[in-house]
Amino acid sequence: MTTNAIIQIIAYMAALLALSWPLGAYMARVFEGKPCGLNRVLGPVERLIYRICGIDPEREMDWKTYALALLVFSAAGIVLLYLQQRFQAVLPLNPDGLPAVAPDLALNTAVSFSTNTNWQNYAGESTMSYLTQMMGLAVHNFISPAVGICVLLALIRGLTRRQTANLGNFWVDLLRGVLYLLLPLSCVLALALVWQGAPQTFAKAAKATILEPAAYDNPVTDADGQPVKDADGKPTTEPATMTEQVISLGPVASQQAIMTLGTNGGGFFNANASHPFENPTPLSNFLNMLAILVIPVGLLFTYGAMVGDKRQGRSLLAAMGSVLLVLLVVCVFAEQGGNPQFTALGVDQQAAEGAAAQAGGNMEGKEARFGVVDSALFASVTTATSCGAVNSMHDSFTPLGGLIPMWLIQLGEVIFGGVGSGLYGMIVFAIVAVFVAGLMVGRTPEYLGKKIEPFETKMASLVILIPPFLALLGTAAAVATQAKTAIGNPGAHGFSEILYAFSSMANNNGSAFAGLSGNTLFYNLVGALAMFAGRFWLAVPTLAIAGSLAAKKIVPQGEGTLPTHTPLFIALLVSVVAVVGALTFFPALALGPIAEHLALLR
Amino acid sequence: MSTKRKARPLFDPPLVKQAVIDSFAKLAPQNQLRNPVMFTVYVGSILTTALFVQALAGHGEAPAGFIAAISLWLWFTVLFANFAEAMAEGRGKAQAASLRQARHDTQARLLDRPSSEGKIEMVSSTTLRKGHFVLIEALDFIPCDGEIVEGVASVDESAITGESAPVIREAGGDRSAVTGGTRLLSDWLVVRVAADPGETFLDRMIALVEGAKRRKTPNEIALNILLAALTLIFLVVCAALLPMSAFAVEQAGKGEAVTITVLAALFVCLAPTTIGGLLSSIGIAGMDRLIQAGVIATSGRAVEAAGDVDVLLLDKTGTITLGNRQADAFLPAPGVDEKELADTAQLASLADETPEGRSIVVLAKERFDIRGRDMSALEASFVPFTAQTRISGVNLPQRVIRKGAPDAIRKFLAEQGTQLPAEVEQDIRTVAESGGTPLLVAQNNRVLGVVWLKDIVKGGIKERFAELRAMGIKTVMVTGDNPLTAAAIAAEAGVDDFLAEATPENKLSLIRKTQAEGRLVAMTGDGTNDAPALAQADVGVAMNSGTQAAKEAGNMVDLDSNPTKLLEVVAIGKQLLMTRGALTTFSISNDVAKYFAIVPAAFVGIYPQLGLLNIMGLATPQSAILSAVIFNALVIVFLIPLSLRGVRYRPLGAARVLRDNLLIYGLGGLAVPFAGIKLIDMLLVAAKLS
Repeated sequence: MTTNAIIQIIAYMAALLALSWPLGAYMARVFEGKPCGLNRVLGPVERLIYRICGIDPEREMDWKTYALALLVFSAAGIVLLYLQQRFQAVLPLNPDGLPAVAPDLALNTAVSFSTNTNWQNYAGESTMSYLTQMMGLAVHNFISPAVGICVLLALIRGLTRRQTANLGNFWVDLLRGVLYLLLPLSCVLALALVWQGAPQTFAKAAKATILEPAAYDNPVTDADGQPVKDADGKPTTEPATMTEQVISLGPVASQQAIMTLGTNGGGFFNANASHPFENPTPLSNFLNMLAILVIPVGLLFTYGAMVGDKRQGRSLLAAMGSVLLVLLVVCVFAEQGGNPQFTALGVDQQAAEGAAAQAGGNMEGKEARFGVVDSALFASVTTATSCGAVNSMHDSFTPLGGLIPMWLIQLGEVIFGGVGSGLYGMIVFAIVAVFVAGLMVGRTPEYLGKKIEPFETKMASLVILIPPFLALLGTAAAVATQAKTAIGNPGAHGFSEILYAFSSMANNNGSAFAGLSGNTLFYNLVGALAMFAGRFWLAVPTLAIAGSLAAKKIVPQGEGTLPTHTPLFIALLVSVVAVVGALTFFPALALGPIAEHLALLR
Repeated sequence: MSTKRKARPLFDPPLVKQAVIDSFAKLAPQNQLRNPVMFTVYVGSILTTALFVQALAGHGEAPAGFIAAISLWLWFTVLFANFAEAMAEGRGKAQAASLRQARHDTQARLLDRPSSEGKIEMVSSTTLRKGHFVLIEALDFIPCDGEIVEGVASVDESAITGESAPVIREAGGDRSAVTGGTRLLSDWLVVRVAADPGETFLDRMIALVEGAKRRKTPNEIALNILLAALTLIFLVVCAALLPMSAFAVEQAGKGEAVTITVLAALFVCLAPTTIGGLLSSIGIAGMDRLIQAGVIATSGRAVEAAGDVDVLLLDKTGTITLGNRQADAFLPAPGVDEKELADTAQLASLADETPEGRSIVVLAKERFDIRGRDMSALEASFVPFTAQTRISGVNLPQRVIRKGAPDAIRKFLAEQGTQLPAEVEQDIRTVAESGGTPLLVAQNNRVLGVVWLKDIVKGGIKERFAELRAMGIKTVMVTGDNPLTAAAIAAEAGVDDFLAEATPENKLSLIRKTQAEGRLVAMTGDGTNDAPALAQADVGVAMNSGTQAAKEAGNMVDLDSNPTKLLEVVAIGKQLLMTRGALTTFSISNDVAKYFAIVPAAFVGIYPQLGLLNIMGLATPQSAILSAVIFNALVIVFLIPLSLRGVRYRPLGAARVLRDNLLIYGLGGLAVPFAGIKLIDMLLVAAKLS
């Protein structure tokens, strides 16, 4: 690995820990309802909202009520966002006069944003009006991570409370998450991005006359926007001449801030964080990467504080961190190493400085201002979390380099994962690990003093089962039908595109192997189903676990109890996550990136 | 005692023969449905058989020989799992058969009222109902479980306990229960019938060991759910490969889509068949081990709870100390020679057959070489201990020797007009404070001194408590002694805590308090007044010698009536869970190697570069797949002894046990199949089978 890579990775990790530690302590105070500083300013706002909405913040909910509130709230969000897209043509703040979004795409997008997936089968700048972006998509960018935090809080309360049905109040948790956490942080980040050059404007797209008219081949599309193919199945094109350039603008900085902070990933522009307006400089890139992980990492410290044992949070951090670090290093190696077939042809792929300065490695699909290391780092971070924002095209990574982001998603988005959802997913994995470990030490398993019994096992199995189910069945359905023609590249790589797409949607990541043309009825509908199930079929069983745990006593710790903060347990937990991820996806991966990678070695 | 219940050899030839027959009988679908993991294998076997028939007809997706081989080994997988279960059940049934010999339909003397004077009517024992009264005479088989209301008799309980020495059973007190199937050796009893036919202790025991009424325990259910979930995932993984590989063929322009035969093989290899196939035999074998140890559990749930116990309530007498106190020292009164005290004490104890009395004789011999004397030559007459005087001794010409507890001797001396000197009073206090019992010896009107009777803590018990502590189990000694004495013995035995001056009420409240803290409590008991505590405890082990009430309140009965057995029960409970955990880990770790065998074999035709994944260097794709399937089937057979015997259990802390088991079964499970599959592949090649 180059010195550059080592320095960048260490600087990133250090800055991340330095920020997330105090943030974790702050979040613990916020969610325990203690004074957190900001409550002096925002407290009256909070109370006003409770009064307007008729919420009694003292009234606690059992798991079923909590789950019902969550589902009703999310369903309402989906319906509203769908309607907003369908009627955006007649709604204000649409300076470019964009038409209504097609029904299947609108449904896909509504589900995508309310599930914190932010899978985008559209190009933002040419599909969504400013109003849709700001009052539709951005609202979901705030509330979907807050919903993730709600489920996590209920689970933590289930673990720490004894013999009760109460798991807190969904509305209070939701509001506090948005008001005290996501809003202030995104304000700060948006300003920083504006400082770095991201636009924040309601002005319509700018037009520039280009100096030299350029001839190009324009792809022919049919009425549905699908490429028209010739007899050989190749997309047809027609010659065209370009004389002016449309430069899309909009309230970009504010969208960008919450897109990364809330592990949303839905970019303002189609090119996402590789677009110079979303992510103008290496510094903005660094800030964006920090924003992606700061809340997921911070929540680990919050978790330790709220369960009253800081070691529990740190051990999960160690488990997640070690997986990310190892896979990240593999990704950087793969990308910096470039293509061995090129090396055989005598192409110099070494990074070099001075007169012959070059980035080296695989620079296809990467931005020159970020280079190999920052692209690989961003790709790993955005897929470890369920963010899914991209600053480079994962489709253009080397097979091994592209395998890493794909597998990070397939691990179930528990290596940090989404805001809230990553941690509750990991706790469910910890419950499974504790179950196996408990059997091996001859004792009914306990996690944090709560006995793990058939009900918890059943629910935990569901949580672990559903995402691979959706990803594999979705992929199988796509390759068995005409949906397979959507691939942008032939061979194993095309298969990787479909597998990545369904892994991403089922695990609520939202990033894509960009080659796939996903805006078809099949991908819109099946994708919406996968995203919906991948979110709520996990959230509800998790809440059920929380409810069941809350009703139990807490068994005091002793010599016979298995400690869940030791390196041994961390290793076991990592093994369980990795083994489940590997066993479920190995055969499919063998037909995609592994076959592709091994082909390079021959 | 328990040595008589010799462990059956693991593979007893008649049992094996029966098990082989049973494993075919168990192929019936309703039997297979009970185990979701093995049911999927069963379906896979049927499917591949059908494919084989299709191949014979000439439309096969693969060579008929290959499909036949896969199909055959899938059937073997099912049969091996059946065999494991049948072996475990067979061992249980063998035990049940020997118990059943004790169950006789005999004639019983039904009484019209609860008295030996009542009118007798001869009836069949099967017609006896709860609440009836029967008269049992010498050499009768006891027709039912019951409570003695009248009489004292010696009973041969060897049919149940394996202990041939007869035991005394009498009305009232803690030895009043009789068990159906045992035999009266002498005297007669009037017994109130305590259980209807079919619900007696013997019936329950037979049902349990046969596994007929075996219900899955919560932990077993939880594990089953997890295994079923894994099986489902692998089902989807394999099913998805059908369109995926077809797509890959289309893209690569060569090769063939994976066949259903290969997918069935892959699925069976991935599904947790090892643990799935052995799960029920592990449970049955755990129960069996408990019975080998002489303990009958009323449910598997109780055995599992035993593994989880955090607190053990142990009776001092019999568990921690030897049943009896023993003389340890002579403390002479002022002006008395120690030897004189010893001599007199020995005289007073010569005719005393109690263990305490004998221990005084032994101590006198050890210390001063004072030998036994001829009582009649001394013209001695023995004064036995009575409940009224609470004193015993011997009368010699001119010498009246008495020994007894301080209070009794004080009273005896007061009758003679003297009292205890202050030095002796001090000695009494010293002895009591250090956990001993002072026994005073007086001659005529003066006290000669104190004999220090000591509770003798059982050898090795302190080490066992230390082991328990390392396992995180707290021990609490329960005793009727005063707190001072109790504290001293507790310290000597190394228990964590003690309950002194125990009564049934404070025992019960101690259990409730401990349970409220979220801990699981185990205890042993025998008396009727132990019944509430036994019922409250999570694991209540009743002594077989105890009352019917105690036996019904507890969830286990110890046939040997040995309170130390609780420690073994805990070990067996833990071992049961550990065996399940170890085999689950092993089973899942195995999958890694199987992937490296099957995935390259299945796809190498489509993407030749995937041949690089064949790191074991297996000969051909077909031999690779077949080797993995054969390994998967054979590993069940190889692990049957482990499932019956249980994994090695050592009393260590949780972290240490986890580390060791992860190394053995996790890493071992990872490595073993690589070697195993390669070996089978080499054998297949050598035998030119593929």
